[in-house]
Parts: sequence; structure tokens; C-alpha cells
Amino acid sequence: MVKHFDTSVELCGVKLINPVIPASGTFGFGREFAEYYDLDCLGAISFKGTTRDARFGNPTPRIAECSAGLINSVGLQNPGIDKVIAEELPHLREIFHNPIVANISGFSLEEYEECCAKIDKEDQVEIIEVNVSCPNVHNGGMSFGTQPESAAEVTRRVKAVTTKPVFIKLSPNVTDIVSIARACEEAGADGICLINTLLGMRIDTMRRKPVIANKMGGFSGDAIFPVAVRMVYQVANACNIPVMGCGGVSSASDVIEMMMAGATAVQVGAANLKNPYAAKEIIEALPKEMERLGIERLSDIIGIVK
Amino acid sequence: MYKKDIYTILSNEPLTPAVYRMVLEGDTQYITRSGQFINIELEGKFLRRPISVSDYNDTTITIIYKVVGSGTEQMREMQPGKKLDILTGLGNGFSTDNNAQRPLLVGGGVGVPPLYNLCKRLISEGKKPSVILGFNTESELFYFDEFKALGVDVYCSTADGSVGTKGFVTDAIRENSVEFDYLYTCGPLPMLKALYAATEVDGEYSFEERMGCGFGACMGCTCKTKYGNKRICKDGPVLKRDEIVW
Repeated sequence: MVKHFDTSVELCGVKLINPVIPASGTFGFGREFAEYYDLDCLGAISFKGTTRDARFGNPTPRIAECSAGLINSVGLQNPGIDKVIAEELPHLREIFHNPIVANISGFSLEEYEECCAKIDKEDQVEIIEVNVSCPNVHNGGMSFGTQPESAAEVTRRVKAVTTKPVFIKLSPNVTDIVSIARACEEAGADGICLINTLLGMRIDTMRRKPVIANKMGGFSGDAIFPVAVRMVYQVANACNIPVMGCGGVSSASDVIEMMMAGATAVQVGAANLKNPYAAKEIIEALPKEMERLGIERLSDIIGIVK
Repeated sequence: MYKKDIYTILSNEPLTPAVYRMVLEGDTQYITRSGQFINIELEGKFLRRPISVSDYNDTTITIIYKVVGSGTEQMREMQPGKKLDILTGLGNGFSTDNNAQRPLLVGGGVGVPPLYNLCKRLISEGKKPSVILGFNTESELFYFDEFKALGVDVYCSTADGSVGTKGFVTDAIRENSVEFDYLYTCGPLPMLKALYAATEVDGEYSFEERMGCGFGACMGCTCKTKYGNKRICKDGPVLKRDEIVW
């Protein structure tokens, strides 16, 4: 008899067939990956960070390679919330039938409110992920996520206009991640997602100039995994709301490690850009890894490390 | 459509001190147009290396690359028999679905390779292409004879005048009074700009930008066009003349 390995998890009442979620900004709205594989193997999808207005983002070049990772300064290129609702969301629903996580970003409290209220009305969306941590846009994004008070204020304003579970996506570029996560929880957040990218920089030594036009950008990829595990562990132990872990995950073993640190679901980001099949391959490898580690039910190991 | 698969190196040899030609064996069915590119995984590198397809047939892909950094230095050392993880069928490529009868193909430096398969395709469609290749100096010249062997008129320019017209590709067009009704070009940005300014005929320009994924997911290589934002890797690398915003 083939042993059954239960990979399902539950996030604020939303059931996922497995904890693996492609991270926002590395998966677009699913179109490109649907050409490679059937997306229905994924636990959920977190779509491209969406703002009120359409954005081109930052000037190019906006990608720099690093050891075990990359820096991006895309800067929230997106078609704007109305076009996302009118065009991207219906198409995503056609190619993907599991829960959709809507990643929303903003430059003002009003923009967060407006976009979250709009996306909350969409039946296709199960979870709202509020990005207060984009390192690539000035006067917004990360500035809300670096202080407990401002992160809490965004949380309160969004919670007041929404009915769906709200996860706040936090930046690692802070001195005390726990105080910010707790402030969000106290303000009514249903969950925390972390980490976004680490602020980084590369220099072209031949040209004596930054590789990236915007000079700095967000560093992601395998190299940041230990930082992510540490912050997930700290936040999961300090808060009573579920955590979506994110940062440098590239294997089934990484998924399990992050869940042991306290994550209920695990996002896969930069790995999708290196290997378009990354999320699918990680999911397929989960049962074998569970067997190796003597895990029958993945949800049993969430936060098991104390 | 595009695909990820394993390919075997059949040969890897220098054309000039810095430019190499690699022939790969494997599934080529997802390459449908000249001017598309492949994205090669390299050991120890997080991002793949996007390289344009110079030529392909039912079983092989030919790429021509310039050694410019540690990734291409790694490629230069590779021996026949080595297997590589590659995404193929990327990018839109050149379109030959137009009424042009005498297209001009202009390649600059390592922008020359994708024009080779295009030239063969145009000839097979009964068109009469001519070709101009631009280099800095004679020692950097490659594929002049290969284009000649296709039976088309081939001219070249070098910045130092060591072979062909002294100057730029635009000087070679003038000096040889090349007549054409469509332009296909690939090369450094200043060359593309100069060609755009010096010509009036319609055409297609292949662009380069630093890429993340190479298949349209990361939005790293977006550019502005008259018809909105386009990703060089997915909606390009070829843009039509009328949509280009410099």
C-alpha cells in the first residue's frame, strides 16, 4: 500500500492543497508559467504587486546577478488595479482554480484603502496580501513597513474596508521585525507574510558605476534563506496569527525548514525566475522529503521548533 | 511556446579571439522564428545566460556568443559532450510576413548571428536579401564568408577601415548604394539609432536588455513603446520600426 502524505494546510480558513505559493513579482499573473505546466498543482498564487495606477516602474537596467541570488529594482510595474480586475484576474481564474492571493501596494493610506476595497469585492480573491515592504519605490511601499505605527495604520485602514483575510507583507530591512509584526497583529491583521527582499547593491567595477540604474534594489534568492527562516521563527513565536514564509526557498527541504520555523504556508520567489518549473518540482518533491523526515501530515510540523 | 530541456554540446570553437560558435543537439521544435533566443543555465550562476539563435534545424541549435564576463568565459571552456539545461523558443523573433522583396539585413558585432538564419529563411521565401556587417576592426570580423556562401550581396564596414568601408554600417549603405525595401537589424543601441535616423523604410530592430528570467515573468527588461510597455524578452527582442521610442 502506498503511504499517503498529507500536504494540505489551512490559512485563516482558506484550505490549500499544499503550502507552496509562488511569490508576488516572480510569477506575473500566471500566464507565462501556464505555458510550462498546469498551475493547479500550486497551493495558491500571489499575483504581481498591484497599485491604483498603472506603473512602468524604474529605469533599466533593473536586474543584477549576485552569488546565489539577484537584485531587482523593477519598481512595481503593473497595469493598475482596474485593469488587473478587468483583464488579469478573469484570465488567471481560467488557468488556475485554487486560491488567489492578491498582492496590493500603495503610496498613501488612501491608495491602500481604495485598492484593497476594490479587490475585496472580487470573488476570485481569497486572501489579500498588503505589501508595505517594496524597497524599490520612494515615498511609499517600504516606508510604511519600517515603523510599527505606520504598519499598524495601514493594517487598520485596510481591515476597515475589507472582509477577506489580510496578510501584511513585511520588510526585513528593519531593526526589530517582531515589534512591527506585533503592531500589525494588534491592528487586526489576519496574518503576516515575510520576508520581502533585502536592500542590496552591485557595482560594475569596469564602468565604475552601479549595475542597476536606480543604484539599489531588492536582493532575493537562495542567499537570503537563513535570514528569512530567522525572521519567520521570531515572528511566529511572537504572534498568534499565521505566517506565510518567503525568502530564498528553492527546495522541498527549504519548505519544511520554513514550516518548522513557524510558517503555515511558504512562498517561492526568485527560484521561479531561474527555473520556471521550480514551484512544481518543489511540490512534487514534498512527499519524498516528508517520508525521509518521518512526517505524515505537513500541518503537524508548523512551528515545531521552539 | 517555449520549453526547458537538456541539450548536448556537439562543438564549441572560436570564430575570432573573443567570439565563439557552439552547436547544441536536442529538441528544437519550440524555435519557430529567426531572431529568437535561448536561455542557458550555468554552474554557479543564479541567472541563465540569454543568447540569440544563429541557426537551427530539426536536431541542432547554433549559437554565436562573445566572451564578455565570467558566464561566457565558463561557456568558452566547455567541451563537446557536455550537457546543458536550456530554455528554448524564447522571444518573438523576426517576422517575414510582409511584402518586402529586397530586405536589407544589418548586423553589428555580436548582433550579426540572428541574421544568419533570417537570411536563409528570406532566400527560401524567394526574396533577395542583401547583408551589411559592421565591426570595429578586421580581427573581429566573422561570418562574412558564411553569408557570401548563401549567394547574397554582403558588404562590411569597420570603424578603423581595416576591411570594407571605413566607418559605420550607415556609411557602407551609402558607399555601396544598397537599395532595399525593408530593414532587419540587430546590434548595439547606437547602431540601431543611427540606422533608424539614416533610413526611412519600414523594418524590425532587435534590442538587448539585462534580463532576469527571459520568459516574461520578472518584468526586469521592460521598455516603453508607442503601444505601451513591452518586455524585451517576451514581447521582443524584435520591435517594429513604428513602435520604437528611443
